[in-house]
Order: sequence, then structure tokens, then C-alpha cells
Amino acid sequence: MPLGKPVTVEAVEGARAFRRRLLEMGLVPGTPVRVVTVAPLGDPLRIEVRGGQWSIRRAEAAQIQVEVKPSPAPAKTKPAAGQAPMQALAKAKAERP
Amino acid sequence: MTAAACHDPGTSGQQAVVPGRPQLVLAGNPNVGKTTLFNALTGSSAKVSNYPGITVESIRGELPLPGGRIADLRDLPGTYSTNARSAEEQIALDALIGLPGPDGNRAPDAAIVCLDATQVARATYLLLQIQELGVRCVVALTMFDEAGPAAPDPRKLADLLGCEVVPVIARTRRGLDDLCAAVDRVLRKERRATWRWQPDAALRARLDAVRAAMPDDWRSGTRFGAPLPASDDAVALWALTCVEPVTGGPDDDELAVPDAVRAAVTAEPPPHDDQAVLARWRWLDKEIPPLVTRAPDRSRTERIDRVLLHRAAGFAVFIAVMTVLFMALFWWAAPVMDGIKDLFAWVGDRLHDVLGDGIFTDLLVQGVIGGVGTVIAFLPQVLLLFLFLGFLEDCGYLARVAYLMDRIMRSMNLHGRAFVPMLSGFACAVPAILATRTMERRRDRILTMMVVPLMTCSARLPVYTLIIGALIPGSTLTQSLLMVGMYLFSVLTALVAAWVLSKTVKPLKAKRLPFVIELPPYRFPRVGGVIRMMWSKSSLFLREAGTVILACAIALWALLYFPRHLPAGSPDYDALIARAPTEDAKASLADEKQAARLENSFGGKLGHAIEPAIRPLGFDWKIGVGLIGAFAAREVFVSTLGIVYAVGKDADEGSEPLRDALRNAKRGDGKPAYSPLMGLALMIFFALACQCMSTLAVVRRESRSWRWPAFLFAYMTGLAWIVSFCVYQGGKLLGFG
Repeated sequence: MPLGKPVTVEAVEGARAFRRRLLEMGLVPGTPVRVVTVAPLGDPLRIEVRGGQWSIRRAEAAQIQVEVKPSPAPAKTKPAAGQAPMQALAKAKAERP
Repeated sequence: MTAAACHDPGTSGQQAVVPGRPQLVLAGNPNVGKTTLFNALTGSSAKVSNYPGITVESIRGELPLPGGRIADLRDLPGTYSTNARSAEEQIALDALIGLPGPDGNRAPDAAIVCLDATQVARATYLLLQIQELGVRCVVALTMFDEAGPAAPDPRKLADLLGCEVVPVIARTRRGLDDLCAAVDRVLRKERRATWRWQPDAALRARLDAVRAAMPDDWRSGTRFGAPLPASDDAVALWALTCVEPVTGGPDDDELAVPDAVRAAVTAEPPPHDDQAVLARWRWLDKEIPPLVTRAPDRSRTERIDRVLLHRAAGFAVFIAVMTVLFMALFWWAAPVMDGIKDLFAWVGDRLHDVLGDGIFTDLLVQGVIGGVGTVIAFLPQVLLLFLFLGFLEDCGYLARVAYLMDRIMRSMNLHGRAFVPMLSGFACAVPAILATRTMERRRDRILTMMVVPLMTCSARLPVYTLIIGALIPGSTLTQSLLMVGMYLFSVLTALVAAWVLSKTVKPLKAKRLPFVIELPPYRFPRVGGVIRMMWSKSSLFLREAGTVILACAIALWALLYFPRHLPAGSPDYDALIARAPTEDAKASLADEKQAARLENSFGGKLGHAIEPAIRPLGFDWKIGVGLIGAFAAREVFVSTLGIVYAVGKDADEGSEPLRDALRNAKRGDGKPAYSPLMGLALMIFFALACQCMSTLAVVRRESRSWRWPAFLFAYMTGLAWIVSFCVYQGGKLLGFG
């Protein structure tokens, strides 16, 4: 998952109980998700899903297949240009040490 | 197909906890202000927090309904789902379908579901599941003020969800009367909740297949001896999501799943078994977005997180917060604890003056008052820790602590939130074990409880000070370095022990559940709620752990007190004292008499009895008696040795007579009894052994079983013996001591 960019969940893999938990949190295919920051020690990640933020370990996040494209849901309400500043902001934040 | 038309024959008026009272439950996600609402509704003092999964106990209260009726309200643990993947979800599910629980549940007449106005879709997911089970719901729309313009229109939401929706602000009691009125209206209607979403053709076919395979006692009717409020479809859906493909899984613990059902469930391979979850979300993603047109404003939380989770600034703040917490437990609490001990000593002395000498006086003064003093002396630390934890939880910082520390704690298979209990362990294991409640999973809590007592608590300090001062030669610098070394040793052993236990002890092994924690928005802590919580948790400690500690203290006192007579052949101390020329001589004779009595007591005999076991560690029976006395609290080792060596029971770790007595103690063959090597072995024994009844009492209370304290005692004391043995015997082989 790229840092800061909104991406779309394609599938959640892994064992049944694990997968079910993430799905029930709302990480279903088609959901926009964003890695906000990485913890100072390199793990876990802080992700944003459906307006809430969660801490998730890298190894577990690796089980989430994503598609790197502007998610369809915000694109409907906002013009495509609306995505650009958000990405730029996220990138700028990502590059900051 | 759905349960729309079915009346509910089972839930009205039978098996009532209080006859005639409607039974209600309060359900909701974590961090939605559920417990605040519970307190506002019932006026009780349950714990309120901004942290997932804190309410693991079942908390009940009374809810006054309009017209003077009273309903019983039960606060369920905060969960995101009812799929019974964790203990909390299991409790919630059991309560909702009315499984017989510890307090004799029946299915609730209605559920009040907290729905976070800033997280409508996620909160509604849980509501959908509850409605599927047939439980009638009233929605309390919480965080309505925080959501602002992002909040959904309650009327439109009510139309969508098919139940009443009442916006509430628990803090100002806004909407509470409306909520009670809505509950009252729902209770008067005899209708079961209906499914809001319709299964698609594929899921419908699978539900039908599972339904056809279900045995008769799974159909609404007679399962578990009580009618099930859930419809056959709900049971089939539960089976579809929870029955594992192979036998012997967690689903088999609760009930035997018939092979036919299992076959029907596993007829299609994964990921088709996610259908039900996906179907609910499809419905939510279609229906909820038109109601919630704006995203909730998280900018304040984001600004704070930019500092508090920053690589440098975040750690600086973290270290500062933890330093204050540590200082509070270690130093600020100390004068109050000393004051409490002095106060109880003073009360004991006065009582002794009034009652005069005698066994009853000694029981009252040394046993009861001493024991109560031991318990009360924990209070300053316990109160302070709960105060800190309450504030940190309420404002949302504790979840960030887990986020920051997870990388380090994870390498030892510990939870990120185990950091605060481990740190508190440096002050005292008792409050530290109480602090493990901030973890939601039982496995994480127990594992942390098993290693926290290894941290160098403040009660070990006097023991180390005495041993280092008396037996370890060298400059002050070497002695200080050894003290620091003992601290490092304890951290190392605790971390290694956590790793080893999580690899070897089955209930402590890491599960495959994802380590996903919510980072809730920062909120202002409510001072009243935090203080009420602090008090209720502390009084729970006094009631449940305190009584066990008191009983142990009295038993231990009796062990070292009886029998009273002196061993045969001992001199007539009373006559000697009467004839002694000076006050000093009188005092030292009195000390000798006390020492002789202690040696003859049950505890003294026990010290002799365990001597063969501790001889290989270099300890003699006198140390053995000290170890038994130290069970009351480790620092009691010092005063017990004071009595054994006849230098008086008031000897402290700095006492020169006691240090000299230890240095000059001789064995039967005239050699010095204690060497520096034995001092080191003794310190290591104290570092590792579970020499503390209070710790065991608290572990018993927090794990709700005798198995874990027994395991804790066995593994720590076994480890202590082995390591001390290796150090002492290995040191001797290498020519030290």
C-alpha cells in the first residue's frame, strides 16, 4: 500500500477468522482505504477506513489486496481534481522525515 | 421468510431475573459513549472510557421507565460484531440470544443500541446483526454533538432502520427522557425485529440448505431448554458464519454441531462463506451514504496526532507522560504509604496500651490491624494508577501508546498496551496487574499478568539494600552498579519469560486474530467519570483482592506466632530480664526471647523443614524463615531476619546491628554462614520468586481462576530455585565464595 494515497480494497486474504474480522470492520472490496502514517518504529501502520482510524501491523496489512486508483465513492461527490490536493498533502507528509 | 410476522412467545414474562421487570441490554461499538450513557441512564458507576473493550464484566443497573415501571439494563461489552470471535463478542451474543449465562440470562425484551453519529455505517452493521437475531431495538444516537453537520437525520435513519432513533447527549442528559419513552413504546409492541436487508439468490439458497440440515432442536423452539427468539434464518446465518469446516474448532466448545449442518455450511469453498458479511455491507453502502452527506470533522484529532505520533516529538511526549506516571507511583505515593503504615502502627500501639498483653491483643494488633494496613497501603498506588489510566483512556491517548510501543512489545509476543502495566510493575505488581484490564483479549491480559511480577518492584528494594550492604564487598560504586544490574536483569527476564511463555503455554499462544486497534478521536476526559471509575475500581480491589490479602496476612501471622511456648531447655528469659542490670541488656534479652519463640513457631519449624531444599542455594533455615515471612510482602524479609537474629523486629535495611549479625553469622563448623556469592544467589532468588501473596490474590481476582496464580507461583519459584542454584553452585565451582 502506498503511503498517504487513497486506494481501493480488492480482496482480503488470510485465515477465516482474521479475514472475517477485517471484513466486519468494513474493509470489504470496493472500500477506499488510506495509509495515513507509519509508526515511528516502522510498524504498525495507521490506516483510515470509512472515517475511522485503525492501527494495523504490516504483516496483517499485507493480506489486504488493494487497487491503486482513485476510489469510486469520493469521485462521485467530488470532481477528479479534488483528489489532487489530498494526494499532494499526503505525499508531502510522507516525504517529511 | 423473515420473522416479520412471528410473535415472540418466549421473552415476555418468564425466567425473569426480577419477576415482571423487562430485561434490556445496552449494546454498541467501543468508543461510542456507551458506558457514559449507561451511567446517565442508571445512575450507577460503571467504568467509562475512550478505549475499546474495557467493560469486560457484566454490569447491570435499573432503568426507570415512564409510568413508574423499572427495567433491568445490562451493559454489554463494546463490540464491532456478534460473531463470537472474542470473549467480549461471545458475552454479547450469549446475552442477545438468551443463553444461560453466569447470572441466569434470558433473551432481552429489547436492546438499546448506541449508534455513533460519526461512524454510522460501522455502528449500523452491529445493529443489523442484533435485528437479525430478532431482538427489538431502540437506537441511541450518541456523539450527536461531536458529529455536527455530519450527523444523519434521526427521522430518516429511523425509517431506514425500522426502529426509533433518539439523539442523546449523555453528559447533559439531553434526550434521555425521550429514549426511555421510546423504550417503553417498543416494549408495549409485541413484535420481533425484522431483517432490514434481503439475502440475494445465492445466499438465500445457502441459507435454505443449512436450514434444511438443521436438527429440530435448533429451530425456534427448544434449544437449550428455552425458546430461542432468533428465527430459523438467523440460526442458519449464524451457522454459516461461525461453524468451522473441521470438527474440534471453537464452535464445538459451545455445542455439538451436527455433521449435516457442517456439510451444508462447507458445501461451497471459501471465500463464499463471506457472503453474509458482504451482503450486509452491500446494503449499508447503498442505504447509508445518502443519509450521511458529509464526513465527520477529524481535523482536531489529526492535528494532535501530527505531534503525538511524530517520530521525535511523539516519543518525547510519550517518555514525559510515562515518567510522570512512574514518578507518581514510585515517589509521590511513597510518603502517603509510609503515613498509612505509621498510622496503623500507631493505632496498634494505642490498642496494645489499652488491652494489655495477651494473645487476643496480638491477634488484633499484629494480625488484623497489620493485615488491614498491608491492604490499605496499596491504595495510594492503586488510586493514582487508575486516575492516570482513566484520563489517558478517556482522552484517547492509551490507544496511541499501544500504537507507538507495538513494535517493541510485539517482538516478545506481548500486546502494545502491555507497556503501562510493565512500567507500573517497577512500583508494585498489584496495581500493575489491575492495569492489564486495558487490554481487551484475555490471552494478552493473562500473559502480561504472568510476567509483570518479575519486574523489580519497590518492595524488593529494602531486601537488595540489606543484602548488598551486608554481604557484597566493594565500593559504593560497585554496589550501586549491582543494584542497577538487578533492575536490568528483571526487565530482561520479564521480556524473555513473555516470549517463552507465549511459545510454550497453550492458552497463552498468539492467536491468528488481527491486531487491529481503533485510534479514536481525542476527546476531553470527563473528570467526574474518571474519578467515579477510579473509586469503583479501587473499592472493587479492596473488596475482592483486599479480603484475600487480609486472610493471608492473618494466616501468616499465626504461622509465625504459634505455638507460644519456648522450646524445652531454653533459659528462663523472664527471670533473666528481671535480673538484668541495664535497660540495654533487658532489651537484648527480650530480643533473644523473641528469636527463640520464632524458631519454635510453626513458621520456624517450616524454615527448618525447607532447609534441605534451599541448602543447595546456600541458604540456611534462618533465611528460610525470612522467605516465609516475606510472603506477606517482600520487605518483611528484613524485619523477620531482625527477629531471627535477635536484633529486634524494628530493624530496617540500613540497620547496622542486623548487617553485622549477617556478616558474623557462623555455621555449625565455625565458617561464615553467608558469602557474597550466597548474597547474589539470594538476590536472584528474590528477583525471580513469586514471594508475594498480594500478587497471587490479585491474579486470582483478575483471572477469575485459581489455576493462573498457581501456575504463576510454580513457574516463578521454580525458575528462582534453578537460577539461584546455577549461580551459587556454578560460582562455587569457579572458585568464588
